[in-house]
Amino acid sequence: MKKALQNIYSYIDSRFKLSSLILFAKKKKVPEHRYSFWYYFGGICLFLFVIQVLTGILLLLYYTPSVDSAHESIQYIMSQVKFGWLMRSVHSWSANILIAAIFIHMFSSFFLKAYRSPRELTWITGFFLLLIFLLFGFSGYLLPWNELSFFATRVATDLAGTLPLIGSQIKSFILGGTEVSGATISRFFWLHIAILPLLTIIVLGIHVLLVQILGMSTPIGLGKKKVSEVPFFPNFILKDSLGWMLILALIGVLCVFFPWEVGQKADPFAPTPLGIKPEWYFTFMFTTLKIIPAHIFTLEGEILAIFGFMIGGFFWMLVPLLDRNAAKERKSPVFSTIGWIVFLYIVVMTALTYLLPGL
Amino acid sequence: MKRRNFINYFLGGSLVGTIIAFLYPIISFILPTKQTEAVIKKITAAKLGELAPNMSKIFKFGTSPGILINTPDGELRAFSAICTHLTCTIIYESDTGTILCPCHNGRFDLSGNVVSGPPPAPLESYNVEISGDDIIVSKKA
Repeated sequence: MKKALQNIYSYIDSRFKLSSLILFAKKKKVPEHRYSFWYYFGGICLFLFVIQVLTGILLLLYYTPSVDSAHESIQYIMSQVKFGWLMRSVHSWSANILIAAIFIHMFSSFFLKAYRSPRELTWITGFFLLLIFLLFGFSGYLLPWNELSFFATRVATDLAGTLPLIGSQIKSFILGGTEVSGATISRFFWLHIAILPLLTIIVLGIHVLLVQILGMSTPIGLGKKKVSEVPFFPNFILKDSLGWMLILALIGVLCVFFPWEVGQKADPFAPTPLGIKPEWYFTFMFTTLKIIPAHIFTLEGEILAIFGFMIGGFFWMLVPLLDRNAAKERKSPVFSTIGWIVFLYIVVMTALTYLLPGL
Repeated sequence: MKRRNFINYFLGGSLVGTIIAFLYPIISFILPTKQTEAVIKKITAAKLGELAPNMSKIFKFGTSPGILINTPDGELRAFSAICTHLTCTIIYESDTGTILCPCHNGRFDLSGNVVSGPPPAPLESYNVEISGDDIIVSKKA
């Protein structure tokens, strides 16, 4: 038996050169220090993405993207298909945990200044991955065609429509018309299962390749004495997989005790339900839109807010190029402070959404 | 112009032309087709007596929702049910006698004017008339 397995391995190895890959993984070293814990969130994001792909492929068997049957097909998956409730709940819960893991990964990389030269492109591709996954969340949210997702889509696409000059064209392109309709489901489905996965494979491929080529960054100011190195294989990968198992257990518990809701079927002519809010990762923008005055000087508040988020996002993407101190391996307290302000803004606005809904 | 340069420009131009020829149908395919909709200016929103005072009803006005309110004084008023902030569908709150947008807590009075919150403009108001048993709502000219 052992010989047979060895023969199979050597057959595959002689064709795919597996031994050189294993040698590379064994030679590859990962820095270990008191902040190493934060490295594991990158691997967790990758693991959750794989779960998304697998459960998404399974859901495609039963989901129908149309106004008449989208909601019904989700109900069917949740109530009739064997383990349908589990597959959909795993897909939805892991999507939310994935967004949280991306935020943790992003802020930990920010505060450890992992974006500094030569890893600027790793940061920028990571920023695009955040946008892609937010779009994944946004497009996937509408697919069950329930009233929450219907109105969330209406608000978000109308926000895009308020942009000067190109706003109405963008809105019409996203919606496939002037209203949230069957054409919108088709477009969101197309985006969710074809365009975004394609973009993810390209951008994620570059991101992971850069991590492999450049290795992991060590924080500024940690002397060589405080940083040791461990082999990527098996030491780091085993710890990584321990994290994956913990996340998997968490997803399992959440799915069993809190299966994802189906909600009420969307009715474009029904009033907006009270207490409506978007998915948690958009609530900081939602609350900003709530509290911003209707007019600031001569500008409409919502347009100002959108421009604020766009400029802020652009600045966030370009941080590696702007932070000259970090590029020279010097501490950069200004950027750390900016990072804390952004972090606290997101946390406070998100908390306000849930603590003061009548704001 | 040298022959080599001419060939370079010619081939380069052909390449650009070919790319455009491939992209144009793809982009046209992706962009939504314009659909002509019948413009509805008048509709029967409710039957007379259907709404008690201090009650409201959402009705279909073409492709968008409208709201008909029977005020506490028994006066019928109709507005577009689309909030002027970010297009959520508004509701009538009978206990406060105001119109509320649940998305961002924008509030309007019974004339459609903004009372509080982020909406930048008043609600579009409609004409209401009674014809026999029907409450007819029409767009203002």
